[in-house]
Amino acid sequence: MFSNILIYFVVIPLVMLLGLALCQNIKQIRAVAVVGSVALTALSVWLLIDYLGLRAAGVEDPMLYVDSWSWFAPLNINLAVGVDGISIAMLILTGFILITGSFASWEIPQPKEFFLWLVLLSTGVYGFFISIDLFTMFMFYEVALIPMYLLIGVWGSGNKNYSAMKLTLMLMGGSAFLMLGLIGIYYHSAPEGQPLTWNILEIVNNASISLGWQKFLFPMTFVGFGVLGAMFPFHTWSPDGHASAPTAVSMLHAGVLMKLGGYGCFRVAIYLMPQAANELAWIFIILTGISVVYGAFSACVQNDLKYINAYSSVSHCGLVLFAILMLNTTAMTGAIMQMLSHGLMTALFFALIGMIYGRTHTRDIREMGGMMQILPYLSVCYVIAGMASLGLPGLSGFVAEMTIFVGSFQHTDLFHRVFVIVACSSIVTTAVYILRVVGKLLYGPVYDEHHMTLTDAKWWERLSTATLIVCVAAIGCFPNFFADLIKFTFSPDIFKVLGLN
Amino acid sequence: MDITIPILILAIPLFMFLFLGLAGVKMSHKLAGTLGTLGMGTVLVLSYYTAFTYYFSGNPLFIDGTDRLQYEVFNVTWLQFTDFLSIKLGFLLDPISAMMLVVIPTISFMVHVYSLGYMHGEKGFQRYYAFLSLFSFSMLGLVVATNIFQMYIFWELVGASSFLLIGFFYTLPSAVAACKKAFIVTRFADLGFLLGILILSFYTKQLDFLPMTQNPQGVFASFGGATFMGASVLTWALVLIFTGGMGKSAMLPLHIWLPDAMEGPTPVSALIHAATMVVAGVYLVARLFPLYMLENAALMFITVVGAVTAFYAAIVACTQIDIKRILAFSTISQIAFMMVSLGVAAHNNEAIHHGLGYMASMFHLFTHAMFKALLFLGAGALIHAVHSNNYTAMGGLRKYMPVTHITFLIGCLAIAGIPPFAGFWSKDEILVACFENHWFWGAWMMMVAAMTAFYMFRMYFLVFWWDNPDYEARVKEAEAHGHHAAMPHDPSFPMLFPLVFLAAVSTVCGLIPFGQLVTFDGSEYIAHLNLPVAGASVAIAVIAIFFARHLYINKNDNPKAMADKVRWLWEAAHHRFYWDEIYLFITRRIIFDGICKPIAWFDRHVIDGTMNGLAYITNQASVAIKGFQSGKVQMYIWWYLIGAVVLGLITAVCIL
Repeated sequence: MFSNILIYFVVIPLVMLLGLALCQNIKQIRAVAVVGSVALTALSVWLLIDYLGLRAAGVEDPMLYVDSWSWFAPLNINLAVGVDGISIAMLILTGFILITGSFASWEIPQPKEFFLWLVLLSTGVYGFFISIDLFTMFMFYEVALIPMYLLIGVWGSGNKNYSAMKLTLMLMGGSAFLMLGLIGIYYHSAPEGQPLTWNILEIVNNASISLGWQKFLFPMTFVGFGVLGAMFPFHTWSPDGHASAPTAVSMLHAGVLMKLGGYGCFRVAIYLMPQAANELAWIFIILTGISVVYGAFSACVQNDLKYINAYSSVSHCGLVLFAILMLNTTAMTGAIMQMLSHGLMTALFFALIGMIYGRTHTRDIREMGGMMQILPYLSVCYVIAGMASLGLPGLSGFVAEMTIFVGSFQHTDLFHRVFVIVACSSIVTTAVYILRVVGKLLYGPVYDEHHMTLTDAKWWERLSTATLIVCVAAIGCFPNFFADLIKFTFSPDIFKVLGLN
Repeated sequence: MDITIPILILAIPLFMFLFLGLAGVKMSHKLAGTLGTLGMGTVLVLSYYTAFTYYFSGNPLFIDGTDRLQYEVFNVTWLQFTDFLSIKLGFLLDPISAMMLVVIPTISFMVHVYSLGYMHGEKGFQRYYAFLSLFSFSMLGLVVATNIFQMYIFWELVGASSFLLIGFFYTLPSAVAACKKAFIVTRFADLGFLLGILILSFYTKQLDFLPMTQNPQGVFASFGGATFMGASVLTWALVLIFTGGMGKSAMLPLHIWLPDAMEGPTPVSALIHAATMVVAGVYLVARLFPLYMLENAALMFITVVGAVTAFYAAIVACTQIDIKRILAFSTISQIAFMMVSLGVAAHNNEAIHHGLGYMASMFHLFTHAMFKALLFLGAGALIHAVHSNNYTAMGGLRKYMPVTHITFLIGCLAIAGIPPFAGFWSKDEILVACFENHWFWGAWMMMVAAMTAFYMFRMYFLVFWWDNPDYEARVKEAEAHGHHAAMPHDPSFPMLFPLVFLAAVSTVCGLIPFGQLVTFDGSEYIAHLNLPVAGASVAIAVIAIFFARHLYINKNDNPKAMADKVRWLWEAAHHRFYWDEIYLFITRRIIFDGICKPIAWFDRHVIDGTMNGLAYITNQASVAIKGFQSGKVQMYIWWYLIGAVVLGLITAVCIL
């Protein structure tokens, strides 16, 4: 069992949990958090190198490092693992956000409990990304969601009980759909007379879900994951939840957890039920198209920095689901790149908002101004994050959005192309709400004289933000590397079924 | 051709940006300025070398007999979309990109030198030089693009550097508003550009320039005659791409950002908002000209937009008080000349008069860059001397600032189209091209040319003649308030050198045999002076200048009396025909109040209200039925019995 590299993505967080439980003081806690998350990131980078080596050697399997250990035999539940380019990209993303999140929580109160829950959450995330067994995948999914309630409820700010409850209940509502969908898939996972299975690869090979059932199960799973991906009209947990969450939790949640939604939509809903996806895509294209435009317009009039960013996430994550539904290689590649890009830059945004809030004790842009003079380092980072968000070339947002737009626009159906044009209009709206914040918060005269005494970023804050900026710029400057990594996955099975490409 | 030099041309400014941006804080102003200027100087030498190699080396890669060729120095894939669509980054050498390789580094280097004096002691001096480098990098990348997406990338980057430089004095609310406006308006236009690219890519399956422009019929065929709302889809694509150009080149109705962009430091206005970035729209149309030739409707659109803009901006320029705004509107008007010139250059896929309009447009782009940069830098010297942007604070300055005066006068003569200064030659070609297309365009543009001469000399006389304010009293008053002050004087060497240099260039660069260097199809074109047109345009310009002299040489009430006669027109022009107010209404009242706020309200109250309502209903239902869970056994038995009886009855009814 321990000869498979993937299992360590769950083992390391579990060891970290044990270590944190034994910690005596804040220094040890920080050490465990940093060492553990660096180890996880290093592991995922090493996995990437090894994976690329294997691909270069001509290994053509859809997933590598595949392994399966029986867990509950009567229901065929296994701990089955396996990764492809997309999962590896997600693992690396999680690693970087965990590191930077740890630094951003350097001075959190009650650190031991906080990090315990945070690491538990990341266990769930890592487990989700490496699983190819629907049941274990779902289990890890739930493991990632539950700690959210406590993290927001205890360490949050503002109307935190309401927000925590709302977020948890709405996501649980999504889970209910999802569970129904997954169980449905399980009972149709194999042709008559063969043993049923939860394993994604086997289900794809069997291709035994009838179109009728697909049409029922596809919306279940898509909506189930879509709730976490902030799909209109199931997105309202996001603004409240993010606004109340502490910095690192917002970072992990917007940066990684919302990606579970997009990843799940692709890996389960579309990968397993492509025909239904093809037939029902139009409904969700309308919904996600609305998300893109609607989120951007809503963000234009918010005054709380976190609300602005949460609505912006609705818009950007809407684009992820939108592109996945286009069912072509380029758009899907763009969707995954957008997941990476959005994960990094939204984490950067939330980190910066947290740092500014920690100093000014307000997130209302009407009560701040001229931060560029007071907090130059943080403000410059904020401008860079904003530029990434509005799609400036050289940063990650541009390449992701352009891949999505160009890919989606190659769709032969006019309906799809019209919706691409609608989605494209968000690049203007995004510029409006980003520059509104830049103009009010960072530029202009100093609004509050008391802010003059604030001090700029500490070393751990600099480390955290600089790491994220380097990642954002790396994707933006060398996009082809990431596109190739992701694209490989889309070639073999899925489009054969559809006869599309 | 060796690729080292082209790579260095792009790499040096990029490196300078990163280096000054990251390490600038630790540097002295002097070091940062010197490094930035030296970097740009190196780029200047390298790109001159490249351009001269292209034009004059006679290398068969670049020239075939007398036909100039398009040559890709390198072209590498940056991001593969599909098997046939990809973003490539490359370096294209052809007549127009080589010309831009002369224009951009020249102006940029002059601005770098000038800024050493102009920005001396400003806070954020290093940042300023970093941004200038970023801009130079982006602009150079834009003009050498081999791929329409590469152009879009650098198009966005110049927009961002323009945003950063307009907002350089970021503590001033007016600068903040201006930089936001510039970015958002151009971004809106870029949406059109992007959609145009998408449509083009969908039909042609092609993003590279050369396959498209060298085989326009293939592009035409790939559209298969598709139409949309009465116009061909190709026209739509071309017009949408041109929208991007309208945004960057400040054509009506997307011009509103450019006058406000004058909030940026004056050298920036000279570099970005007069000489280089704002002509990107013209350059874009020129780059795709073989495609535009295919669609008369698209060319007509360009011509009409250009002609209306030229006239509009010229009228507004006659009434402005801020000298930088006068220059800004003059820039809009002159860019519109270039647009019109492109628009009239072809008809029915036939170049008119050997594509004279195309050549004239590029020629005017070149000369305009020189004399407009000169005028802006001159304006900078004036502002530096009197600490005000308004001509009302100036007057009689010829005595105090002789060098500035002469160079400014040369700039004004050049733009007014007086021989032998640069503007005469290029503007004359444009007018000829217009007359070759249709007499109406010729007459219209000649009228605008006359207005150009008038408003430029209005400004010139108001600044250098007119009144002679008591500068000494001002100095005394300022000193009484404890400010450092001095009489208006010519600026120091770093600022003076670019003025003199550009004045010299503006005097002679009209004599360049441009037709042999830049034409729409690369073949040589021998330009002849069209005497009737040239004579008429000079005569009309001289009349306009004398009219301006008559009005403004000495302080008098005639101008005011004249304005009073057409007060409504004057007021409307002074308020730029209320375009800003219209935009403000659309953005504030319609978009913010009419769309964004209702959506935000809808989200909080309807969507979220439904979610909260569900929670509330669940809660209420739970409260309502919780009484059943009372713990009293008698109660449970009672309900059990009722249930049993009801079930029994139902069964009985069903069976019977």
